[in-house]
Amino acid sequence: MWLQRNWDCNVILSKLIPYKVSNIMSRIGVFICHCGENISATVDCERVAKASSEMEGVEFATDYKYMCSDPGQTLIKTAIKEHHLDGVVVGSCSPRMHEATFRRACSEAGMNPYLCEIANLREHVSWVHEKCEATTNKAIEIVHGLVEKVKRNRPLDAIEVPVTKKALVIGGGIAGIQASLDIANCGQQVILIEKGPSIGGHMSQLSETFPTLDCSQCILTPRMVEVAQNPNITLYTYAELEKLEGFIGNFKATIRLQAKSVDDSKCTGCGLCTTKCPQNNIPSEFNEGLGTRTAIFTPFPQAVPNKPVIDKEHCKYYQKGKCKVCQKFCPTGAIEYDKPDEFITEDIGAVVVTTGFNVLKTEFFPEYGYGKYKDVINGLQFERLASASGPTLGEIRRPSDGQIPKKIVFIACCGSRDPAKGIPYCSKICCMYTAKHAMLYQHKVHDGDSTVFYMDVRAGGKNYEEFVRRAVEEDHVNYVRGRVARVYEKSGKLIVKGVDTLMGAKPVEIEADMVVLATAGVANKGAEELAQRMHISYDPYHFFTEAHPKLKPVETNTAGIFLAGACQAPKDIPETVASASGAAVKVVSLLSRPTLIREPLVAVVNRCAPPLFSTCVGCFMCQTICPYQAIEREEIKDRKTGKVLKVIARINPGLCQGCGTCVSFCRSKSIDIQGYTNEEMYAEVTALLNK
Amino acid sequence: MEENNNNFEPRIIAFVCNWCTYAGADLTGTSRIKYASNVEIVRFPCTGRIDFMLLLKAFAGGSDGIIISGCHPSDCHYTSGNFHARRRWMVFRDMLDFMGIDIERIRWSWVSAAEGAKWADVVNDTVDKIRKMGPYTEYKKAAMFLEEEKICHD
Repeated sequence: MWLQRNWDCNVILSKLIPYKVSNIMSRIGVFICHCGENISATVDCERVAKASSEMEGVEFATDYKYMCSDPGQTLIKTAIKEHHLDGVVVGSCSPRMHEATFRRACSEAGMNPYLCEIANLREHVSWVHEKCEATTNKAIEIVHGLVEKVKRNRPLDAIEVPVTKKALVIGGGIAGIQASLDIANCGQQVILIEKGPSIGGHMSQLSETFPTLDCSQCILTPRMVEVAQNPNITLYTYAELEKLEGFIGNFKATIRLQAKSVDDSKCTGCGLCTTKCPQNNIPSEFNEGLGTRTAIFTPFPQAVPNKPVIDKEHCKYYQKGKCKVCQKFCPTGAIEYDKPDEFITEDIGAVVVTTGFNVLKTEFFPEYGYGKYKDVINGLQFERLASASGPTLGEIRRPSDGQIPKKIVFIACCGSRDPAKGIPYCSKICCMYTAKHAMLYQHKVHDGDSTVFYMDVRAGGKNYEEFVRRAVEEDHVNYVRGRVARVYEKSGKLIVKGVDTLMGAKPVEIEADMVVLATAGVANKGAEELAQRMHISYDPYHFFTEAHPKLKPVETNTAGIFLAGACQAPKDIPETVASASGAAVKVVSLLSRPTLIREPLVAVVNRCAPPLFSTCVGCFMCQTICPYQAIEREEIKDRKTGKVLKVIARINPGLCQGCGTCVSFCRSKSIDIQGYTNEEMYAEVTALLNK
Repeated sequence: MEENNNNFEPRIIAFVCNWCTYAGADLTGTSRIKYASNVEIVRFPCTGRIDFMLLLKAFAGGSDGIIISGCHPSDCHYTSGNFHARRRWMVFRDMLDFMGIDIERIRWSWVSAAEGAKWADVVNDTVDKIRKMGPYTEYKKAAMFLEEEKICHD
């Protein structure tokens, strides 16, 4: 009786609360499986069954050769019906193996499935111990523990959660485009939001793509148009996620629509305003600073939507209060300067995060003179130089004087695999794009001479290695294995000082006209805040983390939020598209169900009659430790006056994943986790020791 | 004294999480690695769920030693449950020590779902250690005393 007075730490309260204490008059069935000879070889199953039948509350106990087989399950079902059992303990293999099987069998016999427990007699007893008295005794003790637990198990019902049939895709790069199209083509509604004025992402900036050298824009822009025309996709550009509340199937997203200062419904996209704007020397983001744009602009000619926005930071009107040239020239009167940012809220069932990556751009490489010498550029800038839509219309000309460089040096692994720069990981895409850059250069500058400094060439992928070999063998790109120590300017040339480690660390000095740095792929600025806003986890480099690196590569730890593309880690286009389609399937499989069925093994805060309402004192310590933000404040109000009588915690069963950290953290012992309640666990531990 | 203990079979309760150590102990089974049969495993969803009052309960019930094991730090199925458990344990063990409970009898370890062999080592090692220490009767006696004297309640 010690147990019954002590398991609940708050005995006084337990007298006040009409609590269901253990059901002493239980009718438990115990079924011991031989598992062929897997269990019976070392455990005396008959003795276990016999000992079980003598336990208090056990109505029926038996052993059988294969309990999971059809006759075995029928045995359980018949016993449940014949003996009116209200609890079942199956002594068999690990619950990780057959718990679902036996629970299903019980539920088919009309018993609540959560009144069935599995004693692990195979993995934890017969397979790890020798045949002896002690082994059988251990099996009996385990069964006894679970008999006591199952007596206290309460029938639980699966939790049904409604699902809002709409997905939110954050980020309009190739990952976001692919995911949106896949979801929309399955007949589900999609909201695609993009931070910039056009969708397309980094892929729209690329010239040609490895390993096929097909034009990036040629394969991307039809997809972009498809997004704009798909009736199931609502596209918001110049928009950001402000807030995400709720849980799987039932999110509420607040989206900030930045004021574009141009009325999309009136604008025809004629582009007259962009030719008249006097602010015409703003470095273009799309061209990575190598070209210029105006303050009212569309980022590139194929932009979707192809309607301009005003960049308030650079617009003369917003800065100085006068100008209004665009308004004067606009033939449709679409310019509206005073419109504030708008906020919209949308009900969402699932979220796909495809916010992408960036490349290191800053003065991270003083030794290579990046930012100091105009002709030291990064890989993305080289893409723009090589692109037919770029500032040089596809000719490779150096930024400083517009000359065609005759000698060019590519430096791979700038920042990547360099713990000293804080980036120990491999950026994965640089080996391939550097080979592509060198190849494109050789194709465009026939008498040019290109050198690649590399650490290792990592060309894992379909046709990737062949592509690099082609650069070396057919296009005669000079590959030098070694690091570059310094790049400095001397009489108009960039002196690249490196070392060739395959030639016995021979120093190499090249007088180059241009240097291209394959800078590391890094997480987007603001990725950390976005992750915090959505409650998803991220790694030390601010890339978002998947729920499992292998088996759940597109899921996050927050149910209903999925990842795709380079926001997880640097990825190339095929991998990005594959992960986007993967995430889309996960979303569609979620949205195609009318309701979500979840295991009811979640935490609950106790409730009781007034004036106590609950033993919860409202300290909300549990809120601080819940990894899923599942704990909310609940106000108990007087029905007549509406006065708040008490504030207690409430656990959202849609969000709770059932870890139970709050249970052991609760100071007033007001939280319990279904399936692993204090009552059950204390009974199990005591019973294990008392046999 | 130690020689007498050689015949002593300690009783040890293991509190493990469902995702790492329970699966790791399953792997010990599937790998057919033998270990001492003195340990009985109680499954919890997460080490964060383990109420440390249960440790006292186990000692009062006659357990001679306790193993707590879960996912390795940063590997928690629920992202941070094991960190909370560890932090709470750091506070709790000092309190137990102050109360005169032999904290040497509580073994804390991390065993992942892939470390079947490590689980066998942890068990064997703990059983050896507890066997040398002998039966733990002090707390049980105290608990029984409280029960008999009805100091606790009523």
